[in-house]
Amino acid sequence: MEQKTNSAAASKNAAAEAPKKPHRKVSSAILGALVRIAAVATAATLVIIVGYILVMGIPAFNPDLFALEYNSQNVSMLPSLVNTLLAVALTLVIAVPLGVMAAVFLVEYTTRGNKFVKVVRITAETLAGIPSIVYGLFGMLFFVTFLGWGLSLLSGCLTLAIMVLPTIMRTTEEALRAVPDSYREGSFGLGAGRLRTVLSVVLPPAMPGILGGIILSIGRIVGESAALIFTAGTVAAIPGGIFDSVRTMSVHMYVLSCEGLHIDATYATAVVLLIIVVAINALASFAAKRLTKV
Amino acid sequence: MSEIKQASAACVPTPSSGESEEETKIAVQNLDLFYGDFHALHGVNMDIPANQITAFIGPSGCGKSTLLRTLNRMNDLVEGCRIEGVVALDGENIYAKGTDVNHLRRRVGMVFQKPNPFPMSVYDNVAFGPRTHGIKGKEELDGIVENALRKAAIWDELKDRLKKSALGLSGGQQQRLCIARALAVEPEVLLMDEATSALDPLSTGRIEDLAVELKKDYTVVMVTHNMQQAARISDKCAFFLLGDLVEYGDTQMLFSHPVDKRTEDYITGRFG
Repeated sequence: MEQKTNSAAASKNAAAEAPKKPHRKVSSAILGALVRIAAVATAATLVIIVGYILVMGIPAFNPDLFALEYNSQNVSMLPSLVNTLLAVALTLVIAVPLGVMAAVFLVEYTTRGNKFVKVVRITAETLAGIPSIVYGLFGMLFFVTFLGWGLSLLSGCLTLAIMVLPTIMRTTEEALRAVPDSYREGSFGLGAGRLRTVLSVVLPPAMPGILGGIILSIGRIVGESAALIFTAGTVAAIPGGIFDSVRTMSVHMYVLSCEGLHIDATYATAVVLLIIVVAINALASFAAKRLTKV
Repeated sequence: MSEIKQASAACVPTPSSGESEEETKIAVQNLDLFYGDFHALHGVNMDIPANQITAFIGPSGCGKSTLLRTLNRMNDLVEGCRIEGVVALDGENIYAKGTDVNHLRRRVGMVFQKPNPFPMSVYDNVAFGPRTHGIKGKEELDGIVENALRKAAIWDELKDRLKKSALGLSGGQQQRLCIARALAVEPEVLLMDEATSALDPLSTGRIEDLAVELKKDYTVVMVTHNMQQAARISDKCAFFLLGDLVEYGDTQMLFSHPVDKRTEDYITGRFG
């Protein structure tokens, strides 16, 4: 829309000065075409990928894929589906409180320009840029080997938690900073302490932003395979406890496509994974709307 | 710096108009305030009487809002802010060690320049303060909310939309809601920091009427850019310039017979 009016204004402008600078009209037309192509290409990429997965995956569905127990005949994805949800839940349970509390500390409990805050922020940014395989390596050396937890749900989720912690912290921090200071003043002015102010006045309006960070994190958890192969293993069964090895859907897809025998089942798994991601996003944005509504 | 000190020592109290038996609510003694290296208030001395409206006037940056914010220690939240001297509320220094700041702010409520209702319902806004201070019973809260809204002269407008978002109100309604919110914790003093500067004339008039009404039960201290407003509704008036309290006295006297040349220049509109 904006683009249209912009280019309209630009071409009008160009028309007015046409005798002097005819090349303006041409360059404006070229730029207009380029941005349109870029927009279409971006949308098309997504449509093609999703379409391809659906076309390949949907015909492959059969009841066997949802058998309670996995074996090499039925290649059931159900255990990995359950494991994925377990991994998301456990990782968030570890990472969200830590990340949100760290951000609250940075924004609400320190003074601006504090050196410690700068160090924490640089650290968090660096953490966010580390490839997941490095986290996987660390998780394997530390949780799996050193702490002796083996390839397990716990090792995997702790590794994932470290991975998504910077994302949650940064998004929460930004969401808190976006809350107007006048709210804090109003609360302090009524004799509310810092804790009451943070919990009742600052956090609620920051919720949608925090949820945004959580959605991003869920995306990373669901999509992660490299770090998990080293830390959570590849056992395709619903775990009896947090010290059992698990295989999430991404890892399941990786393993199946490595074996090369069940490519159609891989696509079917991808379809379910897509549905889960879309469902989680929808749920989160619904929650955000409910939370912002007074 | 020494010049400034002298200037503040030269602060002349305008003669009081007879009734001097008024009770002092807040006594400010030798108050110096610094923002980092900036000396924002120079040795301010003033007694703020109970159950009256005291207005602070002066050009922007003269320190009037700064002084207002020292009265409930809102300046504590500003980094690099240092305060010397005494602010006594009912004879007790609020800057003494061990002062419960939250309790102080409950006794000395504040209304800000821009209406700042919380993004919650009208009811929850008003109930926020009482809930903070431990009142949980629904009936008790209902009573407090209604009472506060009545005192702020906005009950009739809002009684049917208590559950609606406070952000949907007009600016004037929001500001009166903020006053109600401040009153709900039963303060003794109400500080108004240019509380009408963001409002239209009609809303401003209502808040002025309200301030006059409130002084029966509360001590009102207001900062205003609007000299007519100070002249209209205040009982005492203090004129500040560049961090000095230049003149302080009964509003009528200050506006009709200013003692200091600078006060006269300001109120006659020669600068500011």
